[in-house]
Amino acid sequence: MAGPGERIGLRHGAGGRAMRELVEEVFASLGDEVDGIGLSALDDGAALRLGDRFLVLTTDSHVVHPIFFPGGDIGRLAVCGTVNDLAVMGATEPLGLTCAVVIEEGFLRADLERIRDSMRAACAEAGTTVVTGDTKVMGRGELDGIIINTAGVALCDRVVTDAGLEVGDRIIVSGTLGDHGLAVMTRRRDLRLEGDLASDVAPVNGLVRAALKAAGEDLVAMKDPTRGGLSSALHEMAHKARVGIVIEEARLPIAPAVRAAGEILGIDPLVVANEGKAVLGVRPRAAERVLAALREHPLGRSAAIVGTCIAERPGNLILDTGLGKRLVAELDGEPLPRIC
Amino acid sequence: MCLGVPGKVLAVDGLVATVDFFGVTKTLRLDIVDEKVAVGDYVLNHVGFAIRRIPPDEAAETLKLFEELIASTASGDLMAEDVRGEIAAARARKGEG
Amino acid sequence: MADLEEELRQLKFRDPERARALARALEREVKAIGRAPVSIMHVCGSHEQSIARFGLRATFPAELEVVMGPGCPVCVTDMPEVDEAVALGLSGHRIATYGDMLKVPGTARSLADAKAEGAKVEVVYSVEQAVELAQAYPAEEVVFFASGFETTAVATAAILVRGVPENFSVLSAHKYIPPAMEIVAEMPGNRIEGFLAAGHAAAITGAAVFEPFVERHRLPVVVGGFEPLDVLAALLKLVELVRAGRAEVANMYPRVVTREGNRAAQEKLWRVFKPTGGRWRGIAHIPNGNLRLRDEFARVDARRRFAIDVASLQERAPSPLAERCICGDIMAGLRRPTDCELFGTSCRPESPVGACMVSSEGSCRIWHTYGGIPDLKEVG
Repeated sequence: MAGPGERIGLRHGAGGRAMRELVEEVFASLGDEVDGIGLSALDDGAALRLGDRFLVLTTDSHVVHPIFFPGGDIGRLAVCGTVNDLAVMGATEPLGLTCAVVIEEGFLRADLERIRDSMRAACAEAGTTVVTGDTKVMGRGELDGIIINTAGVALCDRVVTDAGLEVGDRIIVSGTLGDHGLAVMTRRRDLRLEGDLASDVAPVNGLVRAALKAAGEDLVAMKDPTRGGLSSALHEMAHKARVGIVIEEARLPIAPAVRAAGEILGIDPLVVANEGKAVLGVRPRAAERVLAALREHPLGRSAAIVGTCIAERPGNLILDTGLGKRLVAELDGEPLPRIC
Repeated sequence: MCLGVPGKVLAVDGLVATVDFFGVTKTLRLDIVDEKVAVGDYVLNHVGFAIRRIPPDEAAETLKLFEELIASTASGDLMAEDVRGEIAAARARKGEG
Repeated sequence: MADLEEELRQLKFRDPERARALARALEREVKAIGRAPVSIMHVCGSHEQSIARFGLRATFPAELEVVMGPGCPVCVTDMPEVDEAVALGLSGHRIATYGDMLKVPGTARSLADAKAEGAKVEVVYSVEQAVELAQAYPAEEVVFFASGFETTAVATAAILVRGVPENFSVLSAHKYIPPAMEIVAEMPGNRIEGFLAAGHAAAITGAAVFEPFVERHRLPVVVGGFEPLDVLAALLKLVELVRAGRAEVANMYPRVVTREGNRAAQEKLWRVFKPTGGRWRGIAHIPNGNLRLRDEFARVDARRRFAIDVASLQERAPSPLAERCICGDIMAGLRRPTDCELFGTSCRPESPVGACMVSSEGSCRIWHTYGGIPDLKEVG
């Protein structure tokens, strides 16, 4: 446990263990208990009981660089990030989004409009709209370009948390892994890589709706594997449910270019962000049904059942490489490329 | 160091090659590779330099080597094993330059 | 786009069926030796990475001990060498370094610490990038802190032979592996019966470089590649040689390694560098283990261009934690990361005590990344 004299480092925002510890140690005490799922659950969103339904609520700030990347931009990321957080709580029909921007002096208006167009398109795909917002400008150099915060709200009958796994449950991913993280990483000029990698940023509420329809109450846990990748998401799910999770490397859907970029950079596709995917925990009897439902959806063609929950090694994520088994590390900070 | 995934040469411009690794491309320097590198060749990368040109049929050769090794260690006949071992070792040494 | 043949070729070196066949043969050979443990050593961080990443230790027979030796060039870079880089950074020069070196502790500070104090320290991914920095900042002195074994040293040599800007110099911390193998083989209490040598270094130096070692120590050396099949096959060959009592050099990576190696690269390497005796962190004095710039390259040698004052950096005594660090023994293959009382507790990747935990090639870092337990046979 760190003391008050410690300074916040970049690793505290990376989505891994350091960030989790910071949130638990500094921010968790802000949340008193609520009727429903509140801050203490540290889930993708909150769920407040409203009669016989739940009001699901989430917020995100977006600081991605570069602002425009292959496959998307910060605007699309902002809308999808929030829609997806709601979706993986079980709330697939957002009522509306907020959009608060902090813009650096000197930012090009044309870029702002491009971002806005992107956000509008993403909202249309998700079946939602922006209902309120805020605008601030700060001096040149006081922030890097632009920060967008979005919050979203939706109603649902049944909340699906990230803590519901039990021994025997199957783990399903809705599509290919590592796309966003490696696409953004290969863009860094100092790495000197060119590639066709593109972010997967997309709203997954349609996919999740299909899965819920197919599985009903047999869909017991969900998460979106953003910062920290599938590894962070599964570590949290395993930790909260006190189960171990074994995933089979041969079953993981990873695009060849993403795999190659990962090999060259020495970065594991399992620990980098996905922005258009969902991770689902389902009861064994529903696994094939959910898989079929996902694969029928245009965003779910590469969906796969990748693993199982076990009683041994609770909180751990184990990878069966086909040649042997090993633990998957819980990421501590930003993955740095290795020299190669 | 890296695990050394070989890449395919897409273009050569003097001492600089553009190399493709499954859809990700990188430029590598050719200052230290000891053979002429042409488009279509496979090369091994280390810190931005090609360190070796890999002959296209080497994968099959290597797998054959592994198979011979397994066969040579499987026999219980010590004498025959010795001979097989010598053959495998000699082939392994022959595989170079 | 992706060449299908190439894709298939790559998968072949990770093919589980062939891997199982090799693992079974390995078990047979080890058991036929009839005693335990059979100890072999590898001297390459990338081999340990491959073993850990693919979970290979779970396939090794229990009687086979595969020990990692001093195969992490960053880990064996001694504190005074890091102090030199720190001193240059603190005197205002721009330091270019490979990423792994950034957090390696010197006597009192690492380059990351120096950077936090205002020193200009930049991470580069190739020596070329360091040269570009010198071109980008013509009014500054740019010093490339050159770490890595002979494979990486060749890149540094190539750039120096080609010519570099006036404001560019090299602080060489490059290391040469074969002499370290000699020292480890001579250590009292050493039970190593054979060595697995790194395929990419041998691609440069040639497999023949190990022949004098084999003559002198009567221990087999097998050169191996890094894909799972390469590692298993090389181990199988090594155990076969141990069993037959044959002290030879065998090349199990013929697609990359030849007996003579890459003559053009060797010529550049030895034109620029001379092997010099020096301390490898935690281990010992290794005669000819360090690569230093020859007199003809004095102009680009940071040690000769600048008067480097490390005295003030070495005044502080090593921390109490540092005194309990057993990296030296780990790198010599005498103990394992899990034998260290600090492993995973006071010494973690985000707060490393020893160099083995800093570098991605260090055994402590690799074991910690893969959960500290590289063998999960018993998990369902």
